[in-house]
Amino acid sequence: MGPSGSGKTTLLRLITRQLDPDRGRVLVDGVDIATLNQSELYQLRRRFGMLFQNGALLTDMNVFENVAFPLREHTGLGDRLIRLVVLSKLHSVGLRGAADLMPSELSGGMARRVALARAIVMDPDILIYDEPFVGLDPISMGVVVRLVRRMNDTLGISSIVVSHDIKEIAAVADRSHLISDGRVVASGSPEDLNKDSSEMVRQFMHGIADGPVAFHYDAPDYEEQLLGRDNE
Amino acid sequence: MNLLRELWRSVAEFLRTFGAMALFFVDLLRYSPSTLFKRFNLVVYQVFNAGALSIVIIMVCGLFVGGVLGLQAFANLERFNAEEATGILAGFALVKEIGPVITALLFAGRAGTALASEIGLMKATDQLSAMEMMAVNPMHRVLVPRFLGGIISMPLLTAVFTMVGLLGAHLVAVEMQGVDVGAYWQQLQQTMDLDDVYEGITKSIVFGVVASLLAVWEGYNAVPTAEGVGRATTRTVVGTAIAVLILDFMITAYLL
Repeated sequence: MGPSGSGKTTLLRLITRQLDPDRGRVLVDGVDIATLNQSELYQLRRRFGMLFQNGALLTDMNVFENVAFPLREHTGLGDRLIRLVVLSKLHSVGLRGAADLMPSELSGGMARRVALARAIVMDPDILIYDEPFVGLDPISMGVVVRLVRRMNDTLGISSIVVSHDIKEIAAVADRSHLISDGRVVASGSPEDLNKDSSEMVRQFMHGIADGPVAFHYDAPDYEEQLLGRDNE
Repeated sequence: MNLLRELWRSVAEFLRTFGAMALFFVDLLRYSPSTLFKRFNLVVYQVFNAGALSIVIIMVCGLFVGGVLGLQAFANLERFNAEEATGILAGFALVKEIGPVITALLFAGRAGTALASEIGLMKATDQLSAMEMMAVNPMHRVLVPRFLGGIISMPLLTAVFTMVGLLGAHLVAVEMQGVDVGAYWQQLQQTMDLDDVYEGITKSIVFGVVASLLAVWEGYNAVPTAEGVGRATTRTVVGTAIAVLILDFMITAYLL
């Protein structure tokens, strides 16, 4: 968790090596991923499932083909088997009936659920969610929150969720970290964070407008600027 | 001093872009054979996308360009009593110059912009990152098939354009102006060598590579916003037009 611009998404992109670090090392399952060559990196990425903020479905194929995409790319499974797997994954997100729709025909919440089905179709070890709760209506939000938790429990995988929605995180997370300005400022269960007394954590958890994250963007002195004295 | 520094910076910027594009081009070529064999159906689909869908505008334009050549050739040759040579003039112009060049320009406008904006939007909507995360290289899946599709389409489209253009010139010269049909075709046949046709084919292949490379490059490097994608499509058309016209001059100068 963390305020906008605190480095959450950057951290995700570092973990999956969509970005290369300027300094330091990124260890994934004990392996420094900067040392991997491209095919090793792709091997590692097959163990990841990633849910992008807006779903990032491939717009030139329908829902079924989107979910089937990783299978067709990486496995030699026949059409009948692929059909079985895809339909079961779509069923688990409640969208078996939408298999023939194109991504443009889906609502935001549905697109995210399809993307979730696609993310789990290869049975990953680690599932990564980038802002899965942003811009959803309350019903879709409830559905996605339940799915995030259920996927984690039924599939026995690790989930990393990046978000700034405190309530939703409290509902799904076993452990949460608060990031600010590119650093972890607090860790613990959502309740721990709620009780944390440091100013930064309190400001974020309780949505206080002014504090360590200032309300005003850096600016010269107000009076000086209005009187036009700041240029002299 | 400032002017010099500015100048130097833009030269350096240009060289950097050019170098990056050259590396990108090498990458595309490197992945081309495997894509051609392993993802043949994707390439075929892109030939359909870039080529087949452009055929109508290519044919319409070809017909009228051929027609106008017929008119001009006839009107001017008539002054020397050489109207039988209308076929030669129109044919040479179409096969060696106008066919490849106008096809390339039309291709940039019709297929190049479509490629650039499609790839740019895929990038803006995280589709390319999503592929990366699914351990699928967008190079194989998205870029190279489109690049190859463009390269394969261009000579075919040029051939269609040239043929329809010859037909248009024929319609104007023979049917409208009354040039003898036998003279029209026979003179053309006697004068034109295979070398002339090769020149046209060479040009169309080079233009195909350039137009496809620019479209794919601009799309892939588009700033992932609405404005950025718009700018990428504009740059595709402008860049292709400039490159094609310069290269046309260079190839002609070299081959003549």
